[in-house]
Amino acid sequence: MKSRLFTVIAACFAAAMLTGCQTAQPYDYRNFRANPPHSILVLPPLNESTAIEGTYSYLSTVTEPLAELGYYVFPVAVIDQFLKENGMPTAGEMQQVPLDKVAQITGADAVLFITLKQYGSTYHVINSTTTVEAQARLVDTRTGTLLWDGRGFAQQGGSGGSGNVLADLVAAAITQVINSKTDPAHMVSRLANQNLFDKEGSGLPYGPYSPRYGKTL
Amino acid sequence: MKPLLCLGVVAAALAGCATQNATLYAWGDYENGIYSSYAAPGKYPPQAQVEALEKDYQAARAGNQRMPPGWHAHLGYLYFQLGKSDQARQEFMTEKAQFPESAVLMDRLLGNLDKT
Repeated sequence: MKSRLFTVIAACFAAAMLTGCQTAQPYDYRNFRANPPHSILVLPPLNESTAIEGTYSYLSTVTEPLAELGYYVFPVAVIDQFLKENGMPTAGEMQQVPLDKVAQITGADAVLFITLKQYGSTYHVINSTTTVEAQARLVDTRTGTLLWDGRGFAQQGGSGGSGNVLADLVAAAITQVINSKTDPAHMVSRLANQNLFDKEGSGLPYGPYSPRYGKTL
Repeated sequence: MKPLLCLGVVAAALAGCATQNATLYAWGDYENGIYSSYAAPGKYPPQAQVEALEKDYQAARAGNQRMPPGWHAHLGYLYFQLGKSDQARQEFMTEKAQFPESAVLMDRLLGNLDKT
């Protein structure tokens, strides 16, 4: 009897999981449409990775995708400096800033809060993997309402796999030297942004400066 | 300078992928300059950043393209760091004229300039 009950419960779980897969909920844009923002202030991202350069490396890739979607994007470095001069030296402190204060000082319609869940490269003997994962929340400065949120993920592998171990080792060494200079995670951040903002069905809608304003992604 | 150049080329290529068609703005060195100034502060001083941005501005004007939102404010801030208040004021006012969304912040920065 007990085992039969277990089977039934297991079957229910399996069914629930399967339907979960089949009916991917479309993103609910009701909050966004009720108050579509014109201007976005991007705060320096919280960084949960061990790569300390993540915060500013990622911050310097966010303006272009947002502006090209049609939003006014506040100058990220000027905002960063302004907050530092006003007693907020870290991204953690900046992300605690009261929204009404942001609205009052900058006039921004919305603030984009980003958290880097993953940022950086792991090096193996033969190759390397670079991963960037970012979570973003766009919040209305006047009401505190969540207007949109999303997750961006991008991963890029290094060299390897020619079948010749010695050649692979040399190639891996060369890739790592080049990568350490140009910071591959910075490049991968742009791909993660694409995944975050331009995703069909759940990305950020076009803003007022876009010729496609009002149309869905 | 070479890795920087390489960075720019790759970024430009990636940006091309992201937008597919023509961009709304002339991006030039704006974001790469911000990246470099944080990644290696001593190696990319404000003066060099200003020169790169002014060059981008000339190229954009020649190509009849707009500068991105925040761009003039950023340039103005660099001029402010260099002690060039008149140029800073000019850039803040241009930002405000081009993008009215920036008015509250630009008025604040202009007010701060007057106090210095």
